[in-house]
Amino acid sequence: MATAVLRGNARPVRRTSMQRDRKRALLWSYVFLFVFVIFFLTPPVYMLITSLKTSAEISAGTAPWWVSDPTIQNYVEILTSPTYLTFFRNSTLVSVLVVAITMLVSIPAAFALSRMKFWGSATLATGVFLTYLIPDTLLFIPLFKIFVYLRELTGIEFINHWWVLVIIYPTLTVPFCTWIMIGYFGSIPKELDEAALMDGAGYLQTLTKIFIPVALPGIIAATIFAFTVAWAQFLYPLAFTTSTDQLVLPVGIVTTLIKGDVFNWGQIMTGALLGAAPPLIIYAFLMDYYIAGLTAGATKG
Amino acid sequence: MAQVTLRKLTKTYDATPAVRGIDLDIADKEFVVLVGPSGCGKSTTLRMIAGLEDISDGEILIDDELVNDVPPKDRDIAMVFQNYALYPHMTVYENMSFGLRLKKVPKPEIRARVENAARILDIQELLERKPKQLSGGQRQRVAMGRAIVRDPKVFLFDEPLSNLDAKLRVQMRTEIKRVHQKVRTTTIYVTHDQVEAMTLADRVVVMNAGLIEQVGAPNELYHAPATRFVAGFIGSPAMNLIPCALEEVAGALRVRLNGEVGFAVPPDRTARYRPYAGRSELLFGLRPEHILEQRPQQEPNQEVFEVALEVTEPMGMETLVYFGVNGVEVCGRVNPNAGAQAGQRMRLVADLNHMHLIDDASGKVL
Repeated sequence: MATAVLRGNARPVRRTSMQRDRKRALLWSYVFLFVFVIFFLTPPVYMLITSLKTSAEISAGTAPWWVSDPTIQNYVEILTSPTYLTFFRNSTLVSVLVVAITMLVSIPAAFALSRMKFWGSATLATGVFLTYLIPDTLLFIPLFKIFVYLRELTGIEFINHWWVLVIIYPTLTVPFCTWIMIGYFGSIPKELDEAALMDGAGYLQTLTKIFIPVALPGIIAATIFAFTVAWAQFLYPLAFTTSTDQLVLPVGIVTTLIKGDVFNWGQIMTGALLGAAPPLIIYAFLMDYYIAGLTAGATKG
Repeated sequence: MAQVTLRKLTKTYDATPAVRGIDLDIADKEFVVLVGPSGCGKSTTLRMIAGLEDISDGEILIDDELVNDVPPKDRDIAMVFQNYALYPHMTVYENMSFGLRLKKVPKPEIRARVENAARILDIQELLERKPKQLSGGQRQRVAMGRAIVRDPKVFLFDEPLSNLDAKLRVQMRTEIKRVHQKVRTTTIYVTHDQVEAMTLADRVVVMNAGLIEQVGAPNELYHAPATRFVAGFIGSPAMNLIPCALEEVAGALRVRLNGEVGFAVPPDRTARYRPYAGRSELLFGLRPEHILEQRPQQEPNQEVFEVALEVTEPMGMETLVYFGVNGVEVCGRVNPNAGAQAGQRMRLVADLNHMHLIDDASGKVL
């Protein structure tokens, strides 16, 4: 009894109320997190469930959230189908090339715009960002016309080749990635490039030996962005490519697995799930690095 | 080994002058400190010497060679920055060797030079660490090491100690002096801290509003300031500057502060001050250490006066006393055992051997 009384006296009142506040705040965070998790995970979970069902079970529609007779038939069919593998290859090629082109353009552009103060550089930096705000739905018809015009001029057919996407996507990725990296390069102290300058480094050496390593978290963030945009883009491939062997994943799944009014739901879900996997895997691998880079900058002192 | 010469050096930012034509000769192996309040143009001057800032007008010569249009990397100078500017992704060794690696110096020589610099700075055991694993003082040493390794003609320091705490600052100050005695490279050092300037410099350059106020050895600036600005800037607590008039009474000169207080000018200064007799727009300058408690034996040219003390600050080895004269707060440094107490009257002695007279209009010390 005596100890209980002592403990009761020793506990400061303020701290108790703070603990209660903290508990309440935590409770609410969990409530909202739970809502978000439900909201964002329901579609992929539903896709997973459906992908494990046979066509007969899907059309029966008895238990939408339960698989009574699981099968990997859909996965086998998708992964052995040459068409699907072609889509996969096209998507991979397009995304990797777009990321490479984007980085080759954006990094030097961001360096120039953030560090070499030249006439109009600030206006140009804002302009770069503004071009990103123009929606792609406004651009695909003019772009189509440009490619038709170019064919008449050069004799090269641009439409209905997967590589035309490698030319188009940078119009979406370069402005945004340049913008992100202007911000990142801007946060590098000016003394750092001045020190490099005094040490005898030229612009190119300052960029490759100082800026790129120091801004690596930002560059990784931009890479993730560019890859996601290139991988998930739907409108441009739908407009610019039509032959089955030139399609990329998102368009390929929709156009080949829907035959007339027959929806092969099991394979659509499987294809979509497999198609969503690569960006997810890339995020998972780079996220640690990305966060490590961010926190290293935060605790500088 | 190099001398640096500035001729009519000028820097203008969008019609705002930052440096307004300064001339300075810095001798080989000399340690020169540019000191002044913020915005006086000292950092801009240093950055122009480094080549990080364009020169609006005038000339910079290193070893009699005009370098106005020479890019920084070809000027053969090294700079230590206020925030150290270490490359965060490189180890200490890589940081220090970066400049040499760019110059394609052979690897064994790089290693020898880095190790030598590390030995001078006592950072041998830190070579494999990254900057974020170092303390402020260690980063400062690495930044200096990066400069030493290059073995440049000139070292430039831009307020290198401002980011350190007070104790470390004093320690690193000594360290910088020690390194300069070992390495003996011409050094230009910028600071706003007059104590740093006094302790480090062979010669101090006091700058104000884009112009050089005075150039001289630390003691020279302290005892014979040329202008009111230098008199007030160098020394802590600052020199007392009291409005006064210079009277001539029966052939002898007297400094009159107000109706009560007036001092006879020491005979050896009479000739120097005579042309200004009768002037009233003058300032009487006397450092706090020349206002003392009254002692049994009075030296020549010391005059006694009595004031009501307003504030006393015991410092241990001395007590600072503050009192008002002519609406100006005056500081004196008395013996802690002299019994100074705020609110009481006290008899003090002014040592006029160290007095200064300043023309209030021109700011020149007479």
